[in-house]
Amino acid sequence: MNWTWFHKLASPPHFYRLAGRITPWLGWPAFLLIVIGLYGGLVLAPPDYQQGDAFRIVYVHAPSAWMSMFIYGMMAIAAAIGLIWRIKLAHAVAAAAAPVGAWFTFVTLVTGSLWGRPMWGTWWQWDARMTSELILLFLYLGLIALRASIDDRERADRASAVLALVGVVNLPIIHYSVYWWNTLHQGSTITKFGKPSITFDMLWPLLVMFVAFKLFFGMVLMLRVRGEVLRRERDASWLREELTR
Amino acid sequence: MTPRRKRLLAVLAIVVGVGAAAVLASLAFEENLLYFYSPTQIVAGEVPEGRTFRIGGLVTTGSVQRSSGSLEVHFVVTDNQESIPVRYTGLLPDLFSEGKGVIAHGHMTDSGEFVADEVLAKHDENYMPPEVAESLHMPTPARTTE
Amino acid sequence: MNLSDFLAMGGYAAFVWPSFGLTLIMLILNVRNARRMHALAREHALRRLDAARKPT
Repeated sequence: MNWTWFHKLASPPHFYRLAGRITPWLGWPAFLLIVIGLYGGLVLAPPDYQQGDAFRIVYVHAPSAWMSMFIYGMMAIAAAIGLIWRIKLAHAVAAAAAPVGAWFTFVTLVTGSLWGRPMWGTWWQWDARMTSELILLFLYLGLIALRASIDDRERADRASAVLALVGVVNLPIIHYSVYWWNTLHQGSTITKFGKPSITFDMLWPLLVMFVAFKLFFGMVLMLRVRGEVLRRERDASWLREELTR
Repeated sequence: MTPRRKRLLAVLAIVVGVGAAAVLASLAFEENLLYFYSPTQIVAGEVPEGRTFRIGGLVTTGSVQRSSGSLEVHFVVTDNQESIPVRYTGLLPDLFSEGKGVIAHGHMTDSGEFVADEVLAKHDENYMPPEVAESLHMPTPARTTE
Repeated sequence: MNLSDFLAMGGYAAFVWPSFGLTLIMLILNVRNARRMHALAREHALRRLDAARKPT
């Protein structure tokens, strides 16, 4: 197998330029899809037969929850690549992803609370789903704090990568908590296999928001990785050419 | 073994090791991870005596009795095998209704009644417009604003 | 559809609007933070380059 494309992608100057070029191609579609998804979710979708208009919170809660886990998984993969192949760019990607993941997790918890109060009758319960999602937030915050507390970049990268890998165990726990244990939280509406338990007029804005949030994350990640690369490569000769062009 | 291979194995060891530890821990604390007990588990005596816990199930259709002039309400929680009568005084969540999921926190009395100090509604993962629900004969909650 | 009905969200306005509002604020903050981080790093790198070029 030919790995040149991989090594080229992992080279900081190449990635720096590539990221700069694709950022608008992620950002503008994300913006457009968020507008469409919000309009679809707030205006076009009918109210739920049980929950009325309160169910609309799903259009921000579920995509955020999905991103909170997706970003962690992606970050852990980047951390593993950084550890095993000693690729600096992979560590930069992991470092850039953590704050974004923390934000999505925070929004998941708060919108869930705002949804739970009127529907379930409680802001918060220590059931397995909610507790494991809260642990995810602590993992992100722990990673950010760990990185900030170590001055030596290489040691910070390695320590953060190990913590990120330890936390991976939480991802299946979050996802399957509603099936493994009795929880207040309901099961998944959309599963990879099987028909989604939601009618199409309510489903499509949700799917639009899923795609929009993914693209949005892509754009923010590209911006942040560019920042990380600039900080990490400050004495590299390519930077001189790139910035003084 | 190359150093890279060694690092790959170390990464795998972390993920697998922590995973195994989590499985063992969850098996050891299984009981504490149970957010609620079903009526069947309660009747079978699986709930430690003398402590408060949560009961979860469906509200039996036709079992809800409200007393006039107070917030006291009686209903029966069932898992379609066993049933437990519940007494509660207080406001009920919007989604509380007969035939729907409910979770109550409280304790058992000697007479076999569950006295709740908190009642929560548990809903399922199905969403649909009212017209679709009607055509499927799904029970729509009467918006009880007493 | 009339606007006040829409804003009332079937009586759940106090829960629906803060959820959407918070999410939008989070999205905007993320873009702002990322752009600022990149701009700061760039500025810093340029200043370093200038300092290195100056004869001592």
